Amino acid sequence: MKLQVSNSPHVRDDITTSSIMRDVVIALMPATVFSGYMFGLRAILMVLVSVLSCLVFEYVSRKIMKRNNTLYDMSALVTGILLALNMPANLPFYMLILAAFFAIVVVKQFFGGLGNNFVNPAIAARIFLVISFPKYMSTWTVRSGTFNFFDSLKGADLVSSATPLAGMADLVSSATPAMDVSSLVIGHKDDLPSLLSMFLGERAGSIGEVSILALLIGAAYLFARKVITPAIPVAYLGSFTLLVLLFGHSPIYDVLSSDTFSWSLLANAFYEPAYMLCSGGIVLGAFFMATDYVTSPLTNKGRVIFGIGCGLLTFLMRYYSNMPGGVSFAIILMNILTPHIDRVTMKKPFGGLAHERR
Amino acid sequence: MSENMADKTYLSPEQRSEEKRKLNAPMRILLDGVLFENPALRLILGTCPLLAITISAKSSFFMGLAVIFVLVGSEFIISLLKNMIPPKVRIPAFITIIAAFVTIVEFVISAYLPALNDSLSIYIQLIVVNCVVLARAEAFASKRPAHFAALDGFSMGVGFMLALVLIGSIREIVGAGTIFDIGIPIFGKTIFGEVIEPIAFFTSSPGGFFVYGLLICLSQVVMRQIEKNRKHKTNALNQPITSGSGCSSCGACPMADLKAESGVK
Repeated sequence: MKLQVSNSPHVRDDITTSSIMRDVVIALMPATVFSGYMFGLRAILMVLVSVLSCLVFEYVSRKIMKRNNTLYDMSALVTGILLALNMPANLPFYMLILAAFFAIVVVKQFFGGLGNNFVNPAIAARIFLVISFPKYMSTWTVRSGTFNFFDSLKGADLVSSATPLAGMADLVSSATPAMDVSSLVIGHKDDLPSLLSMFLGERAGSIGEVSILALLIGAAYLFARKVITPAIPVAYLGSFTLLVLLFGHSPIYDVLSSDTFSWSLLANAFYEPAYMLCSGGIVLGAFFMATDYVTSPLTNKGRVIFGIGCGLLTFLMRYYSNMPGGVSFAIILMNILTPHIDRVTMKKPFGGLAHERR
Repeated sequence: MSENMADKTYLSPEQRSEEKRKLNAPMRILLDGVLFENPALRLILGTCPLLAITISAKSSFFMGLAVIFVLVGSEFIISLLKNMIPPKVRIPAFITIIAAFVTIVEFVISAYLPALNDSLSIYIQLIVVNCVVLARAEAFASKRPAHFAALDGFSMGVGFMLALVLIGSIREIVGAGTIFDIGIPIFGKTIFGEVIEPIAFFTSSPGGFFVYGLLICLSQVVMRQIEKNRKHKTNALNQPITSGSGCSSCGACPMADLKAESGVK
């Protein structure tokens, strides 16, 4: 028998970067397929263009910088899909390619490639587009009439929702200053899409964020495969819900303290947080973007802090600012805070010395 | 005599370039300001007005002109007064002199170019505390003769203006689709039925940082290349000396080139 002497680790798992990324890609498939159903073939084409340009930029930039080829870790593929899912359906293709360039070359490769990007590339690229082309990034379309395979290629049956009533539907996309949405949810319940259609995805919005159901299916797969832990999504969505319940337009405090208590009133108090969770990109952000390994804290404690920070910032931006896209700004800000959260919540290694506090 | 000769031949490359620098100082000062020690891209000075002003090429250009005027004037005066200013109060004294020139610029601009005055607004007055002006006053004008100081002010100012106009043009072309307020034809044209829009990111301050960072990176690359070439040259020149052939008139000897080529060390 031959004994081998080697350094730890001695037990290896077969989880690799590419296997994790493959799971994320599979988890994003329901939302991608639904975007094809909801916004037509153009949505699928957008995903393909985004993925292809991300892969090309990754390959070419690594080649120019004389680094090894990292196409096989599939991270560029995930960035490409996420990027497209964060865009409105009628976005010109060249803008999408520009965003892919920004995500892969500027945010990721300039800082040293996967593992060294200080913010999530897809979110950074989305914000880049929001700053650069606010008009295009806030023009949302809803499907009208029956689905036609060939017309949908041109995006022709996607009616821009400019009419007042359709405008109400439009209001629930992530482009609307959410402070308007949140006040509308209470007063104009009947004009807005029902909670159920919000959940299923029959509304305007970025192509991947509309169907909460499809996103939850993907998230369940990620949980089952243990790719993500519940800490960040639960802390994020939980703190956001709590904040809306407490400080929203129909705070639960009013319901409980009113003289005429009824169950329907209580249900009303929960209607607003439920609606706010289903609108905008908060579910997509909480499960797929905030949980990015590179840009989220390492310990569970840190992840909870991270999630609560995201929830708080999203709440503040949705209720008190007139900027759309509160979710992406919240996540990117917490991404930047991640190293500091890590430093605070660092675990003491077994047998190691505790860090001296100054 | 022979000792003197030996001193001259055994100069290190650094000493040699120092020698050269002293020989043609005016040329050196000019090159330093515009290229090798460009205040914006190499010394990273005056970043605040640079990022704020470079939204358009036009305002960058006029800002550059204002800085040139202030730099030349203040460096010249400071150099003349350098022996009269007590070292303890030199910074307040410098700032007073600089402020005088800035006030002249400000009066002239608000009298003759009111529109420009609106677009540059506070940044003209802020030239007073612009680090380029103060740094040159401290590092150059307070130590060198007046005519060199004025030349340094001019070259530094031109270098700063070139960097400003470069950044301003890039940001204006990409961010607004114009250059010196003239429209660029590729924007607004349709390709595949899509309207090409200028990227507004570049007119925002993150875009300013982005372009600035890229240009600093680019200048590093260029400078490194120049440095490499120069080192290569001086090495080749010094080859025979380091080879220890003992011949004191080595530099003039035709054998030197041959030796350098064959790589004798």
